[in-house]
Amino acid sequence: MTDRPTKLACRNVWKVFGSGAERLLREDSAPAPEALAERGLVPAVVACDLAIAEGEIFVIMGLSGSGKSTLVRCLSRLVEPTIGEILFEDRDLLRMPMAELIELRRHKMGMVFQHFALLPHLSVLGNVAFPLEIQGIARGKREARAREMIELVGLAGREDHFPRELSGGQQQRVGIARSLAVGPELWFLDEPFSALDPLIRREMQNEFLRLQKLLHKTIVFITHDFDEAVRLADRIAIMQGGRVVQVGTAEELVLHPATDYVAAFTADAPRAKILSAGAVMRPPDPNESFAGEVEAAERVAAIARKVEAASGPLAVIEAGRVVGAVDRDIVMGVLVGRRTD
Amino acid sequence: MHVEPSSVAALTADPPTPRRGRTLIVLVLVLAISWSFTLLPRGSLPRWLGELPRDLQLPFARWLRAFMSWLVEDAALGPLAFRDLTRGIAWLMTWPLRAAESLLVTGIETGAGSAAVAWTAPVSWVALIALMAWLAHRAGDRRLVALVTLAFLYLAVFGQWRSAMVTLSSIIVAVPFAVGVGLALGIKAVRSVRAERLIKPVLDLMQTVPVFAYLVPILILFGFGPVSAMLATIVYAMPPMVRVTMLALRQVPPEFVEFGRMAGCTERQLLWKVQLPTARPALMVGVNQVIMLSLNMVIIASMIGAGGLGYDVLTALRRLDIGAGLEAGLAITVLAIALDRLSQASAGRPANTAGRRADRVLWGLVLLALASMVLGHLLPWLAHYPDAFRISTAPFWSDLVAWLNVNFFDQLEAFKTFMLVHLLVPVKRLLLAQPWPWLTMLLAWLGWHLGGWRLALTVALAALFIVTSGQWANAMTTVYLCGVSVLVATLIGLPIGIAAGLDPRVWRIVQPVIDTLQTLPSFVYLIPVVMLFRVGDFAAMIAIVLYALAPAIRYARHGVARTPAELVEAGTAAGCTRRQILTRIRLPLAVPEILLGLNQTIMLALSMLVITALVGTRDLGQEVYIALTKADVGLGLVAGLCVAAIAIIADRLIAAASLRTRRRLGLEG
Repeated sequence: MTDRPTKLACRNVWKVFGSGAERLLREDSAPAPEALAERGLVPAVVACDLAIAEGEIFVIMGLSGSGKSTLVRCLSRLVEPTIGEILFEDRDLLRMPMAELIELRRHKMGMVFQHFALLPHLSVLGNVAFPLEIQGIARGKREARAREMIELVGLAGREDHFPRELSGGQQQRVGIARSLAVGPELWFLDEPFSALDPLIRREMQNEFLRLQKLLHKTIVFITHDFDEAVRLADRIAIMQGGRVVQVGTAEELVLHPATDYVAAFTADAPRAKILSAGAVMRPPDPNESFAGEVEAAERVAAIARKVEAASGPLAVIEAGRVVGAVDRDIVMGVLVGRRTD
Repeated sequence: MHVEPSSVAALTADPPTPRRGRTLIVLVLVLAISWSFTLLPRGSLPRWLGELPRDLQLPFARWLRAFMSWLVEDAALGPLAFRDLTRGIAWLMTWPLRAAESLLVTGIETGAGSAAVAWTAPVSWVALIALMAWLAHRAGDRRLVALVTLAFLYLAVFGQWRSAMVTLSSIIVAVPFAVGVGLALGIKAVRSVRAERLIKPVLDLMQTVPVFAYLVPILILFGFGPVSAMLATIVYAMPPMVRVTMLALRQVPPEFVEFGRMAGCTERQLLWKVQLPTARPALMVGVNQVIMLSLNMVIIASMIGAGGLGYDVLTALRRLDIGAGLEAGLAITVLAIALDRLSQASAGRPANTAGRRADRVLWGLVLLALASMVLGHLLPWLAHYPDAFRISTAPFWSDLVAWLNVNFFDQLEAFKTFMLVHLLVPVKRLLLAQPWPWLTMLLAWLGWHLGGWRLALTVALAALFIVTSGQWANAMTTVYLCGVSVLVATLIGLPIGIAAGLDPRVWRIVQPVIDTLQTLPSFVYLIPVVMLFRVGDFAAMIAIVLYALAPAIRYARHGVARTPAELVEAGTAAGCTRRQILTRIRLPLAVPEILLGLNQTIMLALSMLVITALVGTRDLGQEVYIALTKADVGLGLVAGLCVAAIAIIADRLIAAASLRTRRRLGLEG
C-alpha cells in the first residue's frame, strides 16, 4: 500500500460543536477533554491524522457516536471542520473557494448514503443521471451514461421504475450507480449496507468488491460492523470517542491491538480468516522435514485443510525461502481462538 | 367498547399526592377570591379597576390612525408616493383577475359597460365539469370523480354557476400568489436566521389578529373592489404556507441535502432540484390549506368588494332572506369540499406517475374548454346552463326554517333560556367582575409556574396591552363567550374523540363529519344558527361551538389512539380492565395531545368570535366590525390586536402546559 501516492489526507482535523470552539482550538491545539466540557463544547472528531492511498479501500470503523460519520463528512467538507487540513491530491479542501469545491465534487467525488437518499420524484434513470444533469450535460448524453451505470450494477430493465418500487438492495444499487455516474476518483460510502438484511448485505459486499476490481477507485468506507470491515478493507481505522485509536490491516489490529478497546473489538473476529500463515508460524527446527509448503501471505482458513491432511508440519515460504513452519497444533489454536502471545 | 362518563373525571381524580393536594388548595382559593368579586355590590371597587380611565390609556388607536394617514398622504419611496405604489399594485393585480374572469364568467370582451362587445362565451359548464372530472380521475379514485362532478353539477343545476365562477376566478388567482409568496418567505426563513426572527412573530400576529382588523387598512390603501378583496384573501391565506414551507424544508432528511452537495449542486440547484421536490408532499398540504383559507375568506372578502357567492350570502343575510342565503352558503360549501378533496388527493398522489397519455388527455380537455368558448357563442345552452332546467331550493329552505320556528319555537326558546340563565350569564358576570390587576397577576403567576419568568412577562405584557388600550371590558366579554364556547365544545368533543380513539368504527363515522365541518367556511355556520336562534350571544355560542368542535375531537382521538401498543399490552398483561387501561394508561398519555386540541379549539373559537359580531355580540369582535363599517383603522387594529393578545396568552400558556406534561411523561427531553 505504502508505495502508492496518497490521494486524500487529513492533518490534525478537529470538529468541535458549540460556540467558541474555534477560538479555543486556535489558542490550545490539544485541549483536554475536561477543558472542552467546561465550556459546554462537544468534540465529535478529535485530532485526526489519516493518509489514504490511491486505489485503496480504507474503512473507518467505530460504534455509533464514535465520530466516524462526522469524520467522513469532514473529509468531503459536507461538515466544516473546526480546524485542520484536508488534502486532496495536495490541495487543501478547506481553503478552496466554493466554486472550485463544487467543480471537484462534480467530477472527482461520489458518495453513497446509508438510507440511499434517492430522489423520490425521479425514476431510476433520472436519479442516476442527476449528477450529470446538475453539470448541464445534454439529456441524450447523460441518459446514455446513466444506462451504462445501471447496467453495471445489474439493474438493466428497471430504468423507469421509481425508488419506492424497488427493494432496499436494489435502491442501494441505484445509489451506487448514481455515485459512479460521473466517474469519480474518490468514492465515499457511508454505511452503505447497514440498512439492509444480512443476506442482501453479503451480496452487496460481493458486488462492491467486484466493482472495485473493475474500477480501482480510492475508497473511504464507513461501517460499524467489524466483519464487514475485515471482508472489504485494505486498511482499517478504528475510532472511539472522536479519536482514531489505531490504523492498520485487519491482521495488524488482531495481532497488535493498540488499546484494550481495539482488543475488545477484535476479540470475536474470525481470526482464521484474518491471520496469515506468516503471522502464526513458529520458527523451523534446523533439520525438520516438511510434508509440504504454504505461502506466508495465505490466510489460516485457506490452509487449514492442507495442514490437517498433511502427515507432518508444513514449511512457510516467503520469497522462495523457508521462513517458518505451521502444524496442526498451530492451526487448531487459531481456529479455537487460542491466543499465541 | 364504550366510554363511561366517569372515566374522564377519573383522570383528574388520581390518588392525591401532597403536591396535588397543594395545587387543589391554591385552585380553590383562587376561585373563591374571584367569586367573591361578584358578590361585591356595584361600585364598591374603584372604577379604574374595571377599566383604566381615558387619560391613563395609551392612545394606540390615534397613533395608528396618524400612521395610516401619513402612509396614505405623505409616505414615499424615493419619487414614488406610497399611495401610487399601492394603486399600482392594485392595477397590476387587476389583469390576472380580469383574465380569469374572462375565461370563467364573462367570455372575452372588448370595451366596457354597456358598450362591451363579447367575442366569445365563457368556458362552457360542460367543458369545465369534464376538466374537473378528469383532474379528479388523475388524482384519485372513482368516488372522487363522482364527488367533484356532482359538486360542479350542483352549482349548475341550482343556479349558482355564475356566482361560483366569480368566486373561483378570484381563488385561482389568489391561490398561486399566496402559495408563491408563502414559499418565497418560507425559503428565506429557512436559509437565514435573521429573516426567520423577523418573519415568525409577524406570522404569529397575522394568524391571531382577526381578518376584519386588516380589511380596513387594505381598504384604505387599495380601494374598494375585487382586487382589494383578493389581496385580503392572499394576506389571510398565506401564513400557513410560510409555516408549512419552513417545516417541509426542515424535514427533508439531511442525507438528501448532503447528496445534493456531493453531486455538486449550487445552492439554487440544491433548492429547486433536491429540497423542494423531496418536500413536495408536505408542501402540497400547505397548498391545500391555502385553498381552504381562501374559500373561508370568500364571504368576508365580499365586504370589501368581492362579488360571487360570498356577496350573495352576505346580501341574503342582511335582508334575512333565509332561502337564498342557505343556497349560496351551500354552494360555497360544495365548492370548498370539492376543491379540498381534489387538492388533498393530488397531494397524496406520488409525483410523475401519470404517463404522457394522461398529459395528452389533459391538454385535449383544455383545448375542448377553449373551443367551448367559441361554440358557446353560437349555442346558448352550452355557454350557460339552461334556465328551464334550473332548480331552486330557496323556497324549500325558507319553508323548512319557518316550519321549525313555528313548531319548535317553545323548545328552542326553552333550551336557549336555560343555557343563558345557567351558563352564559353567570360566567359573564364572573368575568366582568374581575379587576384587571387581579387577573393580570393571576395570569403572570400561571405563566411563571408553567414556563418561567419569560412566559410570565409575555403573558403580563399582553394583558397590560389590553388594559392600556381601554378594551378590558370588551376583552372580558370576548373571553367569556370564547371560554363558554370552548368549554361546551370540549365537553362534547372530548368524549367523542375518546370513543373514536378506542374504536375505529366510531372514528369511521365521525371522521367524515368533522372533515366536512372543517371544510366549511366559518361564515356558513352563522346562517342556520341565526335562523333558529336569532341574534345574540346564544346564537353566537352555537356557531362557535360548531366551528371549533373538530380539533377537540381530532386531537383527543389522536392522543388516545396513538398510545404505544406495548404499553397497552403491558397494561393488559398486568391485569388491567379495559377501563383501567383507559384511565391509567391511555388518558394520561393523551393529555399533551388533548391540550394541543384545546389550544386549537380556542384559536378557532377566537377567529369565529369576530365573525359572530354580525349576529350582535358585544365584544372585541363587535368593535372590529364597527371599525370596519366606519373604516376606522385605529379602532379596528387595536381591537384586533387585543384579540391577538388574548390568543397569544392562551396559546403560550397551553403550549407551556403541554410541554411540561410531555416532559413529565418522558415524551420529550
